[in-house]
Amino acid sequence: MASKVIHAFYDDDDVLMLAVKKVKAAKHHIEEVYCPFPVHGLDKAMGLAPTRLAITSFLYGCVGLTVAVVMMNYIMIEDWPQDIGGKPSFSYLENMPSFVPIMFELTVFFAAHLMVITFFLRSRLWPFKDAENPDVRTTDDHFLMEIEIHNNEQELKDLLMDTGAVEINITEK
Amino acid sequence: MASHYEAPIRKPLVLGDKGYHDVTVDIAAPVEGKANKHWWIVFSIALAAFLWGVGCIIYTVSTGIGTWGLNKTVGWAWDITNFVWWVGIGHAGTLISAVLLLFRQKWRMAINRSAEAMTIFSVVQAGLFPIVHMGRPWLAYWVLPIPNQFGSLWVNFNSPLLWDVFAISTYLSVSLVFWWTGLLPDFAMIRDRAVKPFQKKIYSLISFGWTGRAKDWQRFEEVSLVLAGLATPLVLSVHTIVSFDFATSVIPGWHTTIFPPYFVAGAIFSGFAMVNTLLIIMRKVCHLESYITVQHIELMNIVIMLTGSIVGCAYITELFVAWYSGVEYEQYAFLNRATGPYWWAYWAMMTCNVFSPQFMWFKRLRTSIMFSFFISIVVNIGMWFERFVIIVTSLHRDYLPSSWTMFSPTFVDIGIFIGTIGFFFVLFLLYARTFPVIAQAEVKSILKSSGEKYKKLRDAGKPTYTITKTTVVKEGIVSETALSTEKNQEKLAVLLEAIGKYDPSTGAPDNLQEVKGIGPLMEKALNQMGVFTFAQLSKMTQKEYDLLDSITESFPGRALRDDWAGQATILNNKK
Repeated sequence: MASKVIHAFYDDDDVLMLAVKKVKAAKHHIEEVYCPFPVHGLDKAMGLAPTRLAITSFLYGCVGLTVAVVMMNYIMIEDWPQDIGGKPSFSYLENMPSFVPIMFELTVFFAAHLMVITFFLRSRLWPFKDAENPDVRTTDDHFLMEIEIHNNEQELKDLLMDTGAVEINITEK
Repeated sequence: MASHYEAPIRKPLVLGDKGYHDVTVDIAAPVEGKANKHWWIVFSIALAAFLWGVGCIIYTVSTGIGTWGLNKTVGWAWDITNFVWWVGIGHAGTLISAVLLLFRQKWRMAINRSAEAMTIFSVVQAGLFPIVHMGRPWLAYWVLPIPNQFGSLWVNFNSPLLWDVFAISTYLSVSLVFWWTGLLPDFAMIRDRAVKPFQKKIYSLISFGWTGRAKDWQRFEEVSLVLAGLATPLVLSVHTIVSFDFATSVIPGWHTTIFPPYFVAGAIFSGFAMVNTLLIIMRKVCHLESYITVQHIELMNIVIMLTGSIVGCAYITELFVAWYSGVEYEQYAFLNRATGPYWWAYWAMMTCNVFSPQFMWFKRLRTSIMFSFFISIVVNIGMWFERFVIIVTSLHRDYLPSSWTMFSPTFVDIGIFIGTIGFFFVLFLLYARTFPVIAQAEVKSILKSSGEKYKKLRDAGKPTYTITKTTVVKEGIVSETALSTEKNQEKLAVLLEAIGKYDPSTGAPDNLQEVKGIGPLMEKALNQMGVFTFAQLSKMTQKEYDLLDSITESFPGRALRDDWAGQATILNNKK
């Protein structure tokens, strides 16, 4: 059993924004909006929670830094201390300056890659994943607002037509 | 709307009467069209050069580094020169996409995609040189932090060469991820336009199933911003660390603290020159003059002028410090550079890097496309000479005059260098044919503020959008008219032949909505087609699914995914 949804197409981001605000004001739940490019302020207008990816990136960076410190300390100070160019391995703290480049690089490496992997997994993006946009025009020049119908088809249709939708599709999900 | 306001004094970044769909068409055109003769000619030349380079690399590896022109005094020459040259070129991409993103420079959007591609391809070339120079490239994994087989002797983390391994591999991989993340919506655009099934499959695969939900875009923007924040210090660190290869040694001419900033400025300088070289050709060949405008070229020329002047300052500072230091070895190293046997290389460097960018003070010259192209080539040559001068002239006259010598490259040195240029262009030409060369999603997001069409509308006091009052309403999955077409009638006949016709006398129609994936509308459509029972559905195979999809033209693949036939069999047995 599939649910019945209404798809409203818009061909302009400003019109879409006004429509989203109107639909929200009429207390309807917007299931999804598909856009061909980022529309600034849309997430706020739809009431989406802010993303926490930047925070995860910071935490991953901390992990990277820790890995670098532990690795340098083990390799250069504990496991096989060497006297290279008259610079003996004293302690981690004293030898730290020459490890700064590696500490920096690993911090960036972990922060960047793990954040992107998190993004891909959260947004369900990976090779062989099928696209789920209901209409191919949504990657070109159309914006699509999806609202579920609960015995209010005519009301929704009138509302969306009033907001300047260029096309309205009633279909199943 | 206020969000799209831009000061009228700013010149448009997208010329012509372009709306959102025009951007799509223009940027997909080179990918969807066929390669012309010129492309094949240039590609063949690049491929030949690449193959020659491969031959020289094989010769080097199988015979030894002795095939190069190195000698006991000059132990480092073209290999490291080429390495630093390519790494330097690889700096502009991240600079354009990351630093200019942080500074909210909208003009980066037309050029960042190609600049990043250039970055990745040139870092690949750079990476080849240390590997070839190892002599035994199959032991390249020895640079990784793994203990050797005789005990736990590790790599030396005090060495700038090892820092380089970490810096360059981090830079390459982060740039690649940054580039690919930005490509996803654009690949999706090409995927959704693709007509041929093979193209559709490939672009579906590489677009990772990008769907463009509001939440995806919110995350996408956050990820871009954080990656830009990470890539900015990263790009500065990479060339800083490359300069440490020299700066931490005690060779006069190398042992200078000015190297890191001076190398970074030089890298941006040469990178922008290469971006100019590539894009001036690409905008013409791919007809992208509306997106990569003269203004873009002018702005890049200004960056070239600025960084060229910084490099000039660094050259003069070096000379001053050499004199002021009172160290006679240092003084001699610089005197020898300017007046010794390699004077021509030094003055070629000075002319190309310090003198030639100064022409860009003149508006007429920096807005001339031919002149910009010429200067970009000159700068590329100059920056190669800079590295050659730093490396070879500092080495060839060392502390012991009896070992003073000159360096002359063999055909193998030259061959490998030419080969990397060939490889670079092979990659770039393939990229230009298969990738969306402009970040179209980003360009669309600035179209209303910076596009000529909308600027004109705003100047004329007209609204940039209209709320339409004519809405097309489509209900149902398949319309009566679509079913009555001759082609669909034929398909329907084939479909019913395979699954059998419904005979009302043998049984009542089933409630098809019990099957997951079939709703009231799909049931209605199926009924219209003459499908009423689970028995009929259960006989469907791939062939019938395809027929059904081609008739309804909605939810392609849905029936297969939800396995209607399997579900229908179970429901039919329960009955």
